[in-house]
Amino acid sequence: MLKQWYKSGSPYIWLNAGAIAISMIMVVGLIGLIAVRGLSHFWPAAVIETTYTVPDEEPVRLLGTVRRSETVTATVVREAGFYVPEDQMIVTRHLLQLGNRDITSRDFAWYIGDHMGEWTYPENALVLERMTWGNFYGYLEAILEDGEVVAEGEAAWDELYERVARAVDLRQQILQIERYDIGGIAYQQEQIRLAQRRLELRGEDTPEAMAELEEQHAALQEEYEELDLHRNDLRRQMDRDSVRAETAEGRTVTIAMSDIVRAARPNVMSFGEKIGHYVDSFKEFVFDYPREANTEGGIFPAIFGTVLMVIVMSIIVTPVGVLAAIYLREYARQGPFTRLIRICVNNLAGVPSIVFGVFGLGFFVYFLGGAIDDQFFQAAQPAPTFGRPGLFWASLTLALLTLPVVIVATEEGLSRIPKSVREGSLALGATKAETIWRTVVPMAAPAMMTGLILAVARAAGEVAPLMLVGVVKLAPNLPMDGNFPYLHLDRSFMHLGFHIYDVGFQSPNVEAARPLVYATALTLVLIIIVLNLTAIAIRNRLREKFKSDSD
Amino acid sequence: MTKPATDTTSATMENNAREVGSTPERHVPNLTPEFRRDAPKGATTEAIDLSKETPCFQLNALNLHYGSNHALCDVSMMIPHKRITAFIGPSGCGKSSLLRCLNRMNDLIDIAQISGEILLDGQDIYSKNVDVPELRRRIGMVFQKPNPFPKSIYENVAYGLRIQGVRRKSVIDETVERSLRHAALWDEVKDRLKSPAMELSGGQQQRLVIARAIAIEPEVILLDEPCSALDPIATAKVEELMMQLKENYTLVIVTHNMQQAARVGDYCAFMYMGELIEYDTAEVMFQKPSKKQTEDYITGRFG
Repeated sequence: MLKQWYKSGSPYIWLNAGAIAISMIMVVGLIGLIAVRGLSHFWPAAVIETTYTVPDEEPVRLLGTVRRSETVTATVVREAGFYVPEDQMIVTRHLLQLGNRDITSRDFAWYIGDHMGEWTYPENALVLERMTWGNFYGYLEAILEDGEVVAEGEAAWDELYERVARAVDLRQQILQIERYDIGGIAYQQEQIRLAQRRLELRGEDTPEAMAELEEQHAALQEEYEELDLHRNDLRRQMDRDSVRAETAEGRTVTIAMSDIVRAARPNVMSFGEKIGHYVDSFKEFVFDYPREANTEGGIFPAIFGTVLMVIVMSIIVTPVGVLAAIYLREYARQGPFTRLIRICVNNLAGVPSIVFGVFGLGFFVYFLGGAIDDQFFQAAQPAPTFGRPGLFWASLTLALLTLPVVIVATEEGLSRIPKSVREGSLALGATKAETIWRTVVPMAAPAMMTGLILAVARAAGEVAPLMLVGVVKLAPNLPMDGNFPYLHLDRSFMHLGFHIYDVGFQSPNVEAARPLVYATALTLVLIIIVLNLTAIAIRNRLREKFKSDSD
Repeated sequence: MTKPATDTTSATMENNAREVGSTPERHVPNLTPEFRRDAPKGATTEAIDLSKETPCFQLNALNLHYGSNHALCDVSMMIPHKRITAFIGPSGCGKSSLLRCLNRMNDLIDIAQISGEILLDGQDIYSKNVDVPELRRRIGMVFQKPNPFPKSIYENVAYGLRIQGVRRKSVIDETVERSLRHAALWDEVKDRLKSPAMELSGGQQQRLVIARAIAIEPEVILLDEPCSALDPIATAKVEELMMQLKENYTLVIVTHNMQQAARVGDYCAFMYMGELIEYDTAEVMFQKPSKKQTEDYITGRFG
């Protein structure tokens, strides 16, 4: 009976199906977990108010959102320093986000469920997302303009939303001025300084030439001062309003409108308003710059850096890998030496990535970069230009890291092109080179794309070597901007993988950063998926075009 | 299938071949009337004689080694101009190797070593100053399995021209049409020249490959078992095509099918173990072969 079943082949089917099922569960589960944890962060959760009474202590009023709840054994809780009655075995505890880090210095705290009073959802509970010190939780009292109360009670809410929008708009203008206008001027001034230095080095620093540059510099300075005045004006306008609110402890605080990013009234907001709030927060996350040591704000520079680095890497690795594979497969005499090269290439794929990072730092950054600086960027010295970690070196290091993948995949593709097709081409009087470029390479193009897909997936997810050759915690400028030459390959950049590490493990406020880690991880996965889907789409088009018996 | 008018010489030849072939021994299948074909109009009716032919290829003491394997031993023969010369022999006898020597396809095999000489119109094709791609342009080749490129039908035929650097669209269009017509494929594909060649049937692919070969107007066409992967109807069409091509080209064909050799061949060479055993007109070969080995092979006693 069992033998019959075994012979029927169904155990293999079950085994294979089982393996697929396990893989699917793992992949879907992982992405699902990341997605749920990451995406729920932007939802305006309800704010609870409750009284917390530890026996023999004064009751305290709590106001905040429940971030997590868990049921644990009493021992664990007792060891953490909480009071639990002797006979109780199991305890439910809640992690509350209380905010107000500037006032209470307790952003997040665990509370025992049994000591909590009834949970109520006060209508005038206010949540403010601030530029500094994280969230504020409290009860809205009044809106002030130049210190004078302009609205109180229910009317204050409409006033609040309006004035927050105004402040946000002003802040955008200020940022615009700082980032693009003033940034551009600073860049041009630096270029002038370098031009002066170049003249000096060449001994051509005639007074006239220097004076001319000096004049340009002064003109820019004037422009800057004008912008600065305008900026200060905007700042003053932003400082006009403030919000008065009461904290859970009963303290009254005044918060400047210029400090507020977003205001919410989660217990009253309709579903539609919550969606609006969600979309708004999510947009900020994807398209904005980080704040507060990366624990708040957006991850746009990291997304930008990751994608740009992968693109530059692809541009470097594809031609090199493909040409190497073509030589190895089509031209090189097959023998012990080519076998040795293949072994080396394959082993290269197994070298720990941090080793590539060290190599990149030592060879590319210090040696090559230093030589380039000595040769072409003397004016900027002693400050390094290419002699410091940057986008180009990171891309080059990752290109080296992914080279074996491209070579192996391309070789595989080339070896699958049937001999008959090559002979057909040669028999028509094509030379070997013509045969390769007109027939063999186009037919192997899908395989090359496969190699590139694998390379991109690997490169986008790599972190360790990047820390050494160009990725930083916070890059002041994007590697691409409006200043000539637009693409600044020498600049260091931000990267999603490193951002995850930094926010998750180097952050001063772990609990606040946790959802961001998930959200950032989700973004990274999505970007890899998008990059891969693009490459797969191209590959399928190529496959369709060069469909042959061999596929 | 069209049945061209019967021609006496070929008919006799074929009947004879059939007589020999239908001896009680094994292997040689009876040709059913459907698949029997006679030479088309315009085929030579006068008796042919090797000594009166213009030589196209002249092979002198040709030896081919694949490493330690001696694939061709001292082959000397003359392949005549604008005739169909068929090579027959058991598998591994060297007939395909010999064919591949004629357009230097063996150059691609690292271990192949060749000695002796092959003259094409009096020029040694293995001399140092021969431009091999140019040589291969003059000597087209059709392979056992149809091997169209994974491109459109049009691009397949245009490939050889594009290699030669022809860019004028009018020239290419014209050549493609002429070649496809010549290969008796035009009517079947004229409405879908841009569709992939891989979508054609096996027989159509083989005719496409022939069209591709004649598009660059070679002097010689080598056919390496061109019909072995085709069904009888497709085979018939390709054979018919070969009879037409003989008007303009020298054809050399390797085949396992002795009926085919008898049907299309003007001359026939029997090879065995790398040696040329017998070489004569097909008529003589299939009616009264002079060597015992040849007779044994064509009557199916071995091989």
